[in-house]
Amino acid sequence: MRMTADAAAGLARAGFSRRAFLRGSGALVVGFTLGDVAGPLGSTSLAGAQTPPDRRTQLDSWIAIAADGTVTAYTGKCELGQGLYTAQMQLVAEELSVPLARVRLVQCDTGVTPDEGTTSGAQSHPANFRNENLALAGATAREALVRLASARLGVPADQLVASDGRVAMRTDRSRSVGYGELVGGKRFDLPLDPEAKRKPHGEWTVLGTPVARVDIPSLVTARVQYVHNMRVPGMVHGAVVRPPTIGAALAGVDESSVSGMPGFIKVVTRKNFVGVVAQKPWQALQIAAKLKTTWTPGPALPDQRRYYDYLRTRPTQDTIWVDSGDVDAKLAGAATVLKSTYYHPYQMHASLGSSCAVADVQGRTTTVWAATQNVYGLRGNLARVLDVTPGDVHVVFTRGSGCYGINGVDAVSFDAALLSQAVGKPVRVQLTRRDEMAWENYGVPFVIDQRVGLDAQGTIIAWDYESWTATRGGRIGNANTGNIVTGVLLGYQPPAFAPSAAKPTDQPFNDSNHAPAYVTGCVGGMCDGKGTIAGERAIARRTESEFFTGPLRAPNQLQNTFAHESFMDEIAAHAKADPVAYRLRHLREQRLIDVVAAAAKAARWEPRPAPRAGNRRTGIASGRGFASVAMEAGIYTNGWIAMAVDVEVNQDTGVVIVKRLFMAHDSGPISNPNGLRNQLEGAALQGMSRALSEEVTWDAQKITSVDWRSYPIPSLGTEMPVIETVLIDRPGENATGAGETASAPIGAAIGNAIFDATGVRLRQIPFTPARVKEALAARRT
Amino acid sequence: MSAITLKVNGRAHTVDVDPATPLLFVLSDDLEQRGPKFGCGLGQCGACTVIANGRAIRSCTTTVQTVAGAEITTLDGLGTPEKPHPLQQAFIDEQAAQCGFCLSGVILTAKAFLDQNPKATEREIRQALAGVLCRCFTHTRMLRAINTYAQQGRNA
Repeated sequence: MRMTADAAAGLARAGFSRRAFLRGSGALVVGFTLGDVAGPLGSTSLAGAQTPPDRRTQLDSWIAIAADGTVTAYTGKCELGQGLYTAQMQLVAEELSVPLARVRLVQCDTGVTPDEGTTSGAQSHPANFRNENLALAGATAREALVRLASARLGVPADQLVASDGRVAMRTDRSRSVGYGELVGGKRFDLPLDPEAKRKPHGEWTVLGTPVARVDIPSLVTARVQYVHNMRVPGMVHGAVVRPPTIGAALAGVDESSVSGMPGFIKVVTRKNFVGVVAQKPWQALQIAAKLKTTWTPGPALPDQRRYYDYLRTRPTQDTIWVDSGDVDAKLAGAATVLKSTYYHPYQMHASLGSSCAVADVQGRTTTVWAATQNVYGLRGNLARVLDVTPGDVHVVFTRGSGCYGINGVDAVSFDAALLSQAVGKPVRVQLTRRDEMAWENYGVPFVIDQRVGLDAQGTIIAWDYESWTATRGGRIGNANTGNIVTGVLLGYQPPAFAPSAAKPTDQPFNDSNHAPAYVTGCVGGMCDGKGTIAGERAIARRTESEFFTGPLRAPNQLQNTFAHESFMDEIAAHAKADPVAYRLRHLREQRLIDVVAAAAKAARWEPRPAPRAGNRRTGIASGRGFASVAMEAGIYTNGWIAMAVDVEVNQDTGVVIVKRLFMAHDSGPISNPNGLRNQLEGAALQGMSRALSEEVTWDAQKITSVDWRSYPIPSLGTEMPVIETVLIDRPGENATGAGETASAPIGAAIGNAIFDATGVRLRQIPFTPARVKEALAARRT
Repeated sequence: MSAITLKVNGRAHTVDVDPATPLLFVLSDDLEQRGPKFGCGLGQCGACTVIANGRAIRSCTTTVQTVAGAEITTLDGLGTPEKPHPLQQAFIDEQAAQCGFCLSGVILTAKAFLDQNPKATEREIRQALAGVLCRCFTHTRMLRAINTYAQQGRNA
């Protein structure tokens, strides 16, 4: 079989440690093809002068400059379809004052790129675009180049300027020297300088502009090599046989049932892991389907129809996020007390492409190509699974289907590695649709009880929040091998679940938005909330899930925001107040206030209470809804958004169509406005899909939402809203995330609009036509 | 196994495969086409779409023997990064992609439909895409790109 250039490069790197290679002194040039994108980026000659990449404080771990002046940047944050590859190129071009065309980016490759943990949680913009990591490396390098030029040219550094890949004298541009001449092929041998000055926002010419994504021409002409397209010499194909039901244990495998099939190579079993290897991918799938296995069933699953009530009965681990101590008293003394319960189901990442990995285990030396969000973490786990050391394993991020969190990528990487180890050949495995959907780490369910007390003027004086969720497993980190399906099949377990009584959190206030924005958030003398309500209590109870769970775009934040922002709308309606004005009445943080005001302005929001007066009870009813959120991510707020939607509810069919969507967003300084809009649009519409359609389902033994019929999402044929996005640029602020914000509030915005249109409040996601019709039928006539 | 000749992007290829093999596996594995992708294997998502004799088909549920001799176009064959097809160019202009895994389904379904129905309205175009999924939800940009391309055709 022919080997693709990318594979050849990866293999070359695997057997030919770049680190060892570069340990020698002097200028060395390593040629290889950029793994991520072929086509216009083509073959890239990289100047290598790197120190070991675990030394994140070293400039040479991040930036290398070749003799021809090409700048190569090494990043631990990968392109998952969010446009980060191009944005990081812009960042490097800007900080180093070099044309974009002279920047090369190498991403997420163990032993080559810095370990930046997981590309997740909309954390890449904050991680690499603030005054640390990649951005700081760029600034440190530019200042170092100016110092080197100063010595070379005999001109004081303050009279020099870096521009277009050269350092020149401000007053006489003919006196200049190119970056390649200054450091070409050599190390900087400098630590990142925390005092290095980022280029002032006002001088930006590349960053902050709508640079077109460098990969899109290759994507639309099918030149990009996804991991699904990987080919390495001698590669064969694997498939897995997952248990038929949750918790089933393997009782027997009859290899003779398949050993005569075309292309058969091997059946591989280890504890409850079963896989097969064949010459061709279709053969592997057929063999896996025909293999006779017997299983001992696991315990029965709880009845899904009563699951939310069941959650309340389970042992819990409790966290008190905030407690002013006076909530019960304030509720007792309130003029009015309102309460509601909101329900959110398990949902899935449901990547369009089922997960795929290619593994080549030769003795101890292992190379794995996968679209993992964390190459170093996967490396550590693969070492455990294969019983080798992390140093034996090389993980190369290779592009995959969009993941939106932890999909099946790490599990299929284990699968491929196990099968490759068993047959001594490179093995490619792509999961079936069912195996992807039945065993991924789902976004978690929530039951959320809330109560508020209002004073005589209709102002909220106390907000009480209590929730139940369910988790099992999650990200694999460096050694949490039992957090995903293949790990458990191999006998690893997720961390033991230990029920514990409510105790105050030791985490920063309101990680994951358990408390609403409207409270003061006073914990330990610090008041980090964004609102004015001093009577505040938020208790989150975690139970053990029957299914694997893990972060799904805006994890917890989405479910909590659905509950907060829907309830806020209920309260405003009760107070006969305009929902936007009523929000503003309880907010004190300016950035959240600003997005609320901007979204309302974009929507030409006319103040009035909901529901809309005069709507008919049959046919199409129109309404509008509003919601907002500041995304709380531990030590900082990771983006602000507000949105207004216009919906049409068909009261005869229960079908809800979102007609218009107005968003206002603030994620600090904007790195690429078009890329930002693309992320916001996609996140909002994916959130709309989750609100209207998506729910994991199961029967007594197994998951039953296993394809696009049983887990439907809106297709390209579905009417989509007209979207208007207002971007608020904050040059003086820190970069924050933007990949999750728009997903979080849209469920509430739609639910609020349905209420506005029909007077019916929906408190359970998803708002399927059947559920809408049922709610409308229960409406008082 | 039997020898089957396929005409893919203007070139004839003879492959020795089980004739019941889905076309997708022959295209993506034997012929190393990067466009058509395994998304679901059930004909539900569109990621495996190719154009065969002018019609957009799901290659994951089409056996290779049924398209022997047909003119097959994959996304790889529609254009190149240097010289993209006008529909691909419209996607570039609109920056209408995120992860890109769905693009064979979106672009080739639209292309085949507009070839047959050059005067189609926006609503008709959308209806033609009813079985095509994009999990990143790049829907609005993609439809804008397709409608821009369709408009060029109507004006031509």
